[in-house]
Amino acid sequence: MDVLSNLALGFGVALTLKNLAYCFLGVFLGTLIGVLPGVGPLVTIAMLLPITFGLDPVSSLIMLAGIFYGAQYGGSTTAILVNMPGEVSSAVTAIDGYQMARQGRAGPALATAAIASFTAGIISTLLVAFFGPLVGKWALEFGAAEYFSLMLMGLVFSAVLAHGDLVKSLAMVVTGLMLGIVGTDVTSGLPRFSFGVAELLDGVGFTVVAVGLFAVSEIVLNLARSGPVEVFSKDVKDLMPTWADIKATTMPTLRGTALGSFFGALPGVTASVASFSAYMLEKKLAKDPDRFGKGAIEGVAAPEAANNAAAQTHFIPTLTLGIPATAVMALVLGALTMQGIQPGPAVMTTKPELFWGLVASMLVGNVLLLLLNLPLVGVWARLTQVPYRFLFPAILVFASVGNYSLNNSAIDVYLCAAIGVLGYVFAKLECQPAPLILGYVLGPMLEENLRRALLMSDGSFTVFVTRPISLVFLAVSAALLLAMVLPAVRRGRARATDDSEAG
Amino acid sequence: MKTALAANRDFLAGLLFLAIGAGGFAVALSYPYGSVQQMGPGFFPRSLGVILAGFGVVTMIRGLRSGERVQGEWGWFPLAALSASMVAFGWLMGHVGLVPSVAVLTMTSAYAGREFRWGEALLLAVAMSLIAVAIFIWGLGLPYELFAFDFGR
Repeated sequence: MDVLSNLALGFGVALTLKNLAYCFLGVFLGTLIGVLPGVGPLVTIAMLLPITFGLDPVSSLIMLAGIFYGAQYGGSTTAILVNMPGEVSSAVTAIDGYQMARQGRAGPALATAAIASFTAGIISTLLVAFFGPLVGKWALEFGAAEYFSLMLMGLVFSAVLAHGDLVKSLAMVVTGLMLGIVGTDVTSGLPRFSFGVAELLDGVGFTVVAVGLFAVSEIVLNLARSGPVEVFSKDVKDLMPTWADIKATTMPTLRGTALGSFFGALPGVTASVASFSAYMLEKKLAKDPDRFGKGAIEGVAAPEAANNAAAQTHFIPTLTLGIPATAVMALVLGALTMQGIQPGPAVMTTKPELFWGLVASMLVGNVLLLLLNLPLVGVWARLTQVPYRFLFPAILVFASVGNYSLNNSAIDVYLCAAIGVLGYVFAKLECQPAPLILGYVLGPMLEENLRRALLMSDGSFTVFVTRPISLVFLAVSAALLLAMVLPAVRRGRARATDDSEAG
Repeated sequence: MKTALAANRDFLAGLLFLAIGAGGFAVALSYPYGSVQQMGPGFFPRSLGVILAGFGVVTMIRGLRSGERVQGEWGWFPLAALSASMVAFGWLMGHVGLVPSVAVLTMTSAYAGREFRWGEALLLAVAMSLIAVAIFIWGLGLPYELFAFDFGR
């Protein structure tokens, strides 16, 4: 019962009054900001991140995890009430949740989302507790070649699963990798792409990139678009779902949890994939699939459970391998690095209180989330009515002051504005930002491991295919790419022959 | 289908990738390349530059073939107003202190919106200044002056 004694250690850390308070504060702030329309979990976390920098590593990670859950749940609330999901993963919840709200069943929809998230959160956290150490032990055998191939696989995943064009997503990954190069080269000490700017010697700050890419460009997109949104937050009463509701959602919640936990553990697979497949599965299994899209309560429970389960199991690759699964995890990883912790297999043995404290605080955070959200649902609902013309200047103020405070320097604010412009142009050209940010975070690690692998193999690239684990990772990436490319080629050829026949 | 190049979505995206890739490659030419055994600081960026430029060319060609247009209008005005207000904020922070900087940032960015009203924006500016001071100065203890007048630098 190694896990139990470790969990006890974890609870010892998480249940100190101080850390409990930080967890609560994190959940509260995360929900508060995350519930605002047009503010997704990523932006919420990027904005609140500077607040956690002053704390000690354990407290900061615990508060961060709290913010993370709060933001996630807040996003679902907005999706249900305003149909303005801040992130793709809650877009699936919005399909049936918003319809339920239109039918005056906003209360049960919100409660179902909360209960499904809670159940999924508890189950998947236990999975993290059991499988995290196993993965960590396995990863101790990884050398530079394995790390390189694994990260490559994560990047391929993120590009393949991003919505839209594959070539453009791959190009975004490479753009991100180049952005990650900015700063001093670890091996030679040579500053690269820094153009003599002292602030760039440490690289472009990740909050600068995240806020510019997601918050600034998102605001411009929203401002350039018009059209009022119907909000259904006035009739949030009768919160509790009926027995029939609970019975109808139990199995979907569990199935969603299983799917989400699996997908979340794969690097590069975002929670949106998990929630979307959970939704499709329920639609397949339902006796009358027609109800979906018209306010089916299973359509809220399953994706919410999957979304939340994936959000937790993302911590497995992030903490044990040091490889962030998603853009949000990239932020968490960046925050850890700022605290002087290098996530990886060693974290489990050198800093057990960190890993187990986090696992325990995930459990505590989920309980707090439920306690906070069920009674306060009416308050959160009213917050979604805040008009956007008040919101976006406020977001910009927080983003700017936060970025300024990173180095007490205006350069970071200028950079953020510049990246915002770039992000807006990318968004208009339908290039997905998520692969870029993953590339940006993995870039330095990818280069370092490539360098090391080639140094040890004396310059021979065969090292990546002669080592079995590395070969598997590369084979999976290649198979994924082929699976994406082949149908397109076939379709292209079919179109070409059609054209020639027609012409 | 004929689409003007300036409205061709993928042609523009490809051009942007090509420019970033080529630019990165050109700058990285001044960093030592090393060898495959001993990668120098120029190895990785130059390889990425070539790959990115390649993706860019492929995207441009696909854009020419598909002719997909950029969806919707470009929001140049809000984009310019928001970035300008952030740049103004960054510069003002070093010269007039937190409160005026936040107020200016709030006002100018609110002006980028569709429904700008002077009274509301002023009220919002006051509220945001208060909130910023409460959170960042009193709460987090950041060492910024609330008001300053320092144009000597």
